[in-house]
Amino acid sequence: MMTDVQTAPVTADSASSPASSRGWRAGLASAEVDTRMVGMILAIAVIWIGFNILSGGDFLTARNLWNLSVQSTSIAIMATGMVLIIVSRNIDLSVGSLLGFLGYVMAMVQTQWIPNTFNLGLERWYTWVVALAVGLVIGAVVGVVQGFLVGYIKIPAFIVTLGGFLIWRGLIFRFKQGQTLAPLDKAFQLLGGGPKGSLGDWKSWVLGVLGCVLIVVSILLARRRRQRFDLPLRPTWVDATIGVAGCVVVLGAVMVANSYYWPEQLANQRAEEQGIPIPEGGLQISTGIAYPVVILIAVTLVMTYLARRRRFGRYVYAIGGNPEAAELGGINTRRIIMLTFVLMGVLCALSAAVQTARLNAAVTNLGVQNELDVISAAVIGGTSFAGGVGTIPGAVLGAVIMQSLRSGMVLLKVDSPMQDVIVGIVLITAVGLDSALRRNAN
Amino acid sequence: MTDLPEAQPESQAVDRPVPLVEMLGIRVAFGGVHAVDGVSIDLYPGEVVALVGGNGAGKSTLIHTLSGAHPADSGQIVINGEPVTISNPRDARAHGIEAIYQKLALADNIDAAGNVFLGREIRTKFGSLDDSAMSSATQKLMKRLNPRFKNLRTPVKSLSGGQRQSVAIARAVHFNAKILIMDEPTAALGPAETGQVRDLITELKAEGIGIFLISHDIHDVFDLADRISVMLQGKLVGTVNKDEVTKDEVLAMIIIGKMPGEVSSEEIAEITH
Repeated sequence: MMTDVQTAPVTADSASSPASSRGWRAGLASAEVDTRMVGMILAIAVIWIGFNILSGGDFLTARNLWNLSVQSTSIAIMATGMVLIIVSRNIDLSVGSLLGFLGYVMAMVQTQWIPNTFNLGLERWYTWVVALAVGLVIGAVVGVVQGFLVGYIKIPAFIVTLGGFLIWRGLIFRFKQGQTLAPLDKAFQLLGGGPKGSLGDWKSWVLGVLGCVLIVVSILLARRRRQRFDLPLRPTWVDATIGVAGCVVVLGAVMVANSYYWPEQLANQRAEEQGIPIPEGGLQISTGIAYPVVILIAVTLVMTYLARRRRFGRYVYAIGGNPEAAELGGINTRRIIMLTFVLMGVLCALSAAVQTARLNAAVTNLGVQNELDVISAAVIGGTSFAGGVGTIPGAVLGAVIMQSLRSGMVLLKVDSPMQDVIVGIVLITAVGLDSALRRNAN
Repeated sequence: MTDLPEAQPESQAVDRPVPLVEMLGIRVAFGGVHAVDGVSIDLYPGEVVALVGGNGAGKSTLIHTLSGAHPADSGQIVINGEPVTISNPRDARAHGIEAIYQKLALADNIDAAGNVFLGREIRTKFGSLDDSAMSSATQKLMKRLNPRFKNLRTPVKSLSGGQRQSVAIARAVHFNAKILIMDEPTAALGPAETGQVRDLITELKAEGIGIFLISHDIHDVFDLADRISVMLQGKLVGTVNKDEVTKDEVLAMIIIGKMPGEVSSEEIAEITH
C-alpha cells in the first residue's frame, strides 16, 4: 500500500506465497501490516501505563482520558493536513497564527457582526453555522493565497508561511484592538466539548457500533476486491486480529467516555430542569464522546480517504517521492501543492472553532506555538522531511502521544518550561530512533 | 486492455507510408546556447531510429521536445501528417507518445502499479483509486515484460535496476503507445536484463510501434536500429540507413561530424586508434 512504510522489504517469496510462510515476521510482512503504526500504539500504551504508575493511578481514569481526548483534537486535526504538506516537501509555519486569526474572525461574526453590524441579535439558530462557515471559507481563501504563492509563483513555503506567521498574528489586533471577545454563542460553544458538547451515552454507543461495522466492512471489502483481481490475500488470522482489536479499542473508548459522568452541580441542575428526582449518591449522567472528538474522527476518515484512495492523495505522495517524475507523469503539480494549503487552511478553521469554543472566547495568544506542536505531531507520527512518507492516522497518534506526555507531566506536577524541555527531548529521540530503524531496514 | 495494439495498418502499407513523426527545424536554446539548432528527423511505423551523439550533442533535449518535458522554442512537430503542439507531457501522451527517461522518472515511494498508472489512474465509479484493478493489470503486464517480477506492492525504491526499468517500460507499453521514446534504456541494466529489453524492442517494433532509441552503445544501435540519426553540437550531422554504413563510419559522424562519403580513410584510422 502506497503510504505504508515497509520497515522490512517484502521478499518475493513471502509476497507470492503467504501460505507457505507461517512465521510471525513473514506473516507480518505478507500481511502488509504497518509496523510503524503498531510501534506507535505500543508507545502510547507504555506512556499511559508508565504515567499511571508514577501518578499512583491518576492517569488511567475516565476523567483524565476523556480530557486527553478533547485536548488532543485541535493539534490532531491540523496535523492531518500538515502531513500532506510535509509529504509534498513543503512546510506550513503559519498554522498557529492562522488559527488565532480565524478564531477571531469567527468570534467577530457571533459577537459583533451578526448582532451589531447586521443588527440581528445574539443567540440566533443560525449564529454558529454562519460563524463556522465564514471561518472555513476564509481559511480556504488564505490557503488559496499561500498555496498559490508556493505552488505557482514558486516562493519557498518556508518563506511564504513565515510571512503568514507574522501577518495573521498581527492582523488579530485589527479586530477591536485585540480585546478578548467573549462570551460566544451557546450552540457554538458545544463545538469545544464539555459535558453538554458531548454525545451522551446512547449516541456514543451508536457511534461505537458504527465504527465497528465500518472496520469489519472495510476489511471484508478489501478481501473481496483482492479476490476479484486474483491478488494474494492477507492471511485470515491477520484480518481477524485487526478486526477484533479494532472493535475492542473502539468499544473500549466508548465505555471509558461513558463512564465519565457530568460534574455533580451540572447534573443536579439538569435534574431540576427536567424534574427528575436526584437518586441517592447523586445523578450519574454519562458524558460520552465529545463533539470535537467526533469532528476529529470525521476529519481523520476524510483525510485518510483523500490521501490513500483519491488521485489527489496519490499525486501528493508522488510529488514528495519524485517531483520530476510527477511532472513527467502529466500531473499538475502546482495545483496539487496549492490544494494541500487550501486543505490546511480549512483544517485550521476547524481547529480554531474547537479552541475558541472550548475557551468560550477569542484571545490574542490563541494558537501561539501551535505550528510547532502540529509539525511535531506529524513528525512523531512518521512523516519524513525528505518527502513522500507519512500517514494521516500516524499524525493523529503523534498528537495523542504529545498530549499524553503533557497531560501526564501535569499530573506529576512538572512545571510548564520543564514540560517543553522533555517534549523537545522526546521529539528528537523519536525521530532519531525512527531514522536509525529505517536505515537498518534498508 | 494489457495487450498491445494490433499491428497498425500503416506498417503494412505500400511504398511510402505517412511518417508517424516528423520533427522539422527544431530549435531549443538555453540562455543563448543552442542546445538543439534546426534539427529535422522523422520516424515511420514499425521502425527504430537511433539517435546518437556525444555528451551534450543535444539528443535528450531534442527528444524532450517530443515528449513534452521541455517544449521547443521553434520548429514544427507533425504526427501522422498533422501538425501538433506539444507543450507538456499530457499533450504528448494524447498523441500516443510515451517516454522512458534515462533517470527512469519513477516515484520511489509508490508501488509498481501506482507508478505504471501515475497520472492516468484507473478509478472506481465513485472516483476513488481502483488499486486492485491497477495491481491486477500491472501483474498481467509484468508476466509478459519480466516474468520474475513479483513485488507488486512494495515501493519501487526497494527494486533492482532491471525491475525498475520493467516498471518504466510497462508504463509506456500499457497505454498503447504508438511512438516510444527510450532514452538509454539499458544503461542501468545487467546483461540478462539488457537482453530482455532488446527482445522487447524487437517485439514492439513488429507490432508497428515507432521507436526513437537514444543510446551510447554502438552495438545496441547496430543490433536494433533501422536508421541512425547522428547529432553533434546541437546540429544534425545526418541520418543513415544502418545497412549502408559501418560502425566506423557512424563513429566518424559522431566525433568529427562528417558523412560517410566525405570522410577519408585516414580520419577513420585516427578515430579508431
